[in-house]
Amino acid sequence: MAELVAPAEGGRSLRRPEWRTFLSRYGSVVALALLLVFNLAFTPNFATWQTVNVNLTQVCAIVIVAVGMTLVIATGGIDLSVGSLMAIAGALAPLIFLGHVIPLPHPMVGVVLAFIVPVLVAGAFGWFNGWLITRFKIQPIIATLVLFIAGRGIAQVLTNGNLQVFNLPEFQFIGLGRVFRVPFQAVLMGVIVAAAAWMLRRTVFGRQILALGGNERAARLSGVQVGTVKRQVYMISGLLSGVAGLIVIARNSAADANLVGLGMELDAIAAVAVGGTLLTGGRATVVGTLLGALIIQLVRYTLLANGVPDAAALLVKAVIIVLAVWLQRQSQS
Amino acid sequence: MTGFAPQAVRTLGRHGVLLALVALILFGWARYDNFLGSFNVLSVLRYNAMFALVALGMCYVIMTGGIDLSVGSTAALGSVVAALASPYGPVAGLLAGVAAGLVIGVINAVVIVRLNILPFIATLATMLAASGCALLLADNQSVSVSYESGFVDLGQGDLFGFPVPAWIAASLFLAGSVALNFTAWGRAVLAVGGNEDATRLMGLPVDRVKASVYILSGGLAGLAGVILAAQFGAGQPIEGVGWELFAIASVVVGGTLLTGGVGSVGSTLAGVLLLGLIFNILNFENGLGSISLSAYWQSVVRGAFLLLVVIIQARLMTRSTGHA
Repeated sequence: MAELVAPAEGGRSLRRPEWRTFLSRYGSVVALALLLVFNLAFTPNFATWQTVNVNLTQVCAIVIVAVGMTLVIATGGIDLSVGSLMAIAGALAPLIFLGHVIPLPHPMVGVVLAFIVPVLVAGAFGWFNGWLITRFKIQPIIATLVLFIAGRGIAQVLTNGNLQVFNLPEFQFIGLGRVFRVPFQAVLMGVIVAAAAWMLRRTVFGRQILALGGNERAARLSGVQVGTVKRQVYMISGLLSGVAGLIVIARNSAADANLVGLGMELDAIAAVAVGGTLLTGGRATVVGTLLGALIIQLVRYTLLANGVPDAAALLVKAVIIVLAVWLQRQSQS
Repeated sequence: MTGFAPQAVRTLGRHGVLLALVALILFGWARYDNFLGSFNVLSVLRYNAMFALVALGMCYVIMTGGIDLSVGSTAALGSVVAALASPYGPVAGLLAGVAAGLVIGVINAVVIVRLNILPFIATLATMLAASGCALLLADNQSVSVSYESGFVDLGQGDLFGFPVPAWIAASLFLAGSVALNFTAWGRAVLAVGGNEDATRLMGLPVDRVKASVYILSGGLAGLAGVILAAQFGAGQPIEGVGWELFAIASVVVGGTLLTGGVGSVGSTLAGVLLLGLIFNILNFENGLGSISLSAYWQSVVRGAFLLLVVIIQARLMTRSTGHA
C-alpha cells in the first residue's frame, strides 16, 4: 500500500486523527489480516493448499481486469465494457483453435493464434473506447456503455449464442495449468500486478496517467500527450480483459458468450474502490486493488464456508464497499 | 450567437430523437404489414412500460448530475416483494413493491447525501444489496404471483382498450413532465445539475433535492418491478440485470446531458421507445424471412445506435462551444 502517489499528500495528514489516517492507509491490510486470523481460528480446513488455490482461481480474472480498471480510473475515467470484451475474446478463441475461422495447418498454430488474436482484438476495442473519449470528448461512462451493450451482442452473433465446448490442454494451460503447484493463472496475475505497479510508480507513462487524472488541464499544459496516454490506458484495459476472457473459458472448458464476464465491470470497480484508488482519478494503487479483490473474495469464502447463503454475502459486499470508500473519504476531508 | 447556439443545439437534440422515432415508425409502417396494427402497438407499449418507468427515474437522477446503478436490482426486489404480497390484492402488491423500491431509494439518498459518497459507488453497493435481498426473500427462485387476487391485471389487464402498464407509465410521464417544467422542485433539480455550488449559495435545499431524485428513482424502479411481476406472473430475483445501463442509454439517446443541468422527460420517453422499437423491427424483419437476424443482433444495433447518437451530440456540442 506504500505505493500511493499523491502529489500533495504529505503535511495535511498530521492534523487528522491518528486512527483514521492509519485505517485509511493500512485498512485493507488490516482487514485482510483479520480475515485470515478469523478463518484460521474458525473455518475448518482453512490452512490447506486447496483453499488457497480455490480462492486464488476465483480471484485471478477479477484482479487482471481490475488492474486495467485501476489505470482507467486513475485517469479519471471508467470502463464499463470490460465484461463484454471478455466475452468477445472468449468467443473468438475457440472459433480460432477449432478451425472455424481459417483452416489450420497444425493444431499448435491454432493454439498460438487463439492466444494472440482475441487479446489483440479486445485491445483494439479498448483503443476504440479511448478514441471515442479523446476524439469526441464523450464521457467515459457513455463511450464505454456503447461496447458494453454492443460487445456482448458481437460475441453472441459470432457464436450464434451457442455454447462452445472444447478439450484442448495446450490452450487450457492458461486456466488449468500449474507451475510448481501454483495455478498458472495466479502466476500470470502476479506478473501483471507487479508490472502494472512498477509501471505506475517508476515510469514516465505511469506518472503521466496520475498527472492527467489529478488535473487534466495542468497535465496538458506541462506537455503530457493527454489523448495518447488515455487511448493507451483504455487499450491496456481492453488487452487485460481479453486475457481474463481466455482464462475464464479455459477454466470452464467452454465458452458461453451470454455469460463470460457478465457483471465483471462491477466486480472490478468494487475491487478498485475497496483497494483505495481515488475514484475521481489522480491517485491509484495497483497492489491495493489486488488486496481489495482478495478481501472481497475472502469475505465471500468465509461466509460461504460458515454456512451463510451467497445472497447474504452480497449484502456484506455492499457494506464493505460503502465502508471502505467512506473511510477513505474521512482521511481526505 | 453565444447565447443562441446552445439553445439551438438543445432544441435540435430534443427534436432529433423525435425525428428518429418518427422515421423509424414510418420505415416500419412502409415495410411491414400490421406494424401499426393495434396488437403490435399495444404489445410494444405494454412491454416497454417498465423500462420507461425506470428511465424516468434515471432521467431525474442524471439531470442532477448523478447516476443510479441500483434500478435493475431494485426492480427485481420490487417484483419479488410484490409477488409475495400479491395474494392480498392488487393494491397490496402495488404498495409493497413500490415501498421496497422506496427503501432502496432512501438508502441511496442517505449514503450519497449524508456520507457524501459518489453516486456511482453508492448505487453500485445498493445494487448488490438489493439483489441480495431479492434472492434471500425469494429463496433463490422465482416467486409465483397469485392469479386469484386480480394482481396480474396490473401487468396484463386493459383499461379502455389500452394496457394498464402503459396507462401507469403515460400518466407518470405526464406528471413528471409537469413537475419538471412547472414546479419549484423541477427548477431546483436542473439548477443542482447545472451548478451545485451556485445553487447552494442561492439558498436552495441542495441535499433535499438530491435525496428526492434518488428516492423517486427507487420508487419508480419498485413500480417497474410490480409491473414485471404482474406481466410475467412471477417475482423474478435475477431479472433486471443491465436495466440500469439500458435506462442510461435511453436517457442519453433522449438528449439529456450526463453532466446534468439539461434534460427533458418527453425525449427520454422517445429514447425508450426508440431503443424498444429496434427490437420490434428486428422481429418483423425476421418475420419477412428474407434475412435471418438472430435476437443477438439487437444489442449490436442498439449499441451502434447509441454510438451514432453520442457522436452527433458531441459534434453539436463542440460546434456550439466553439462559437462561444
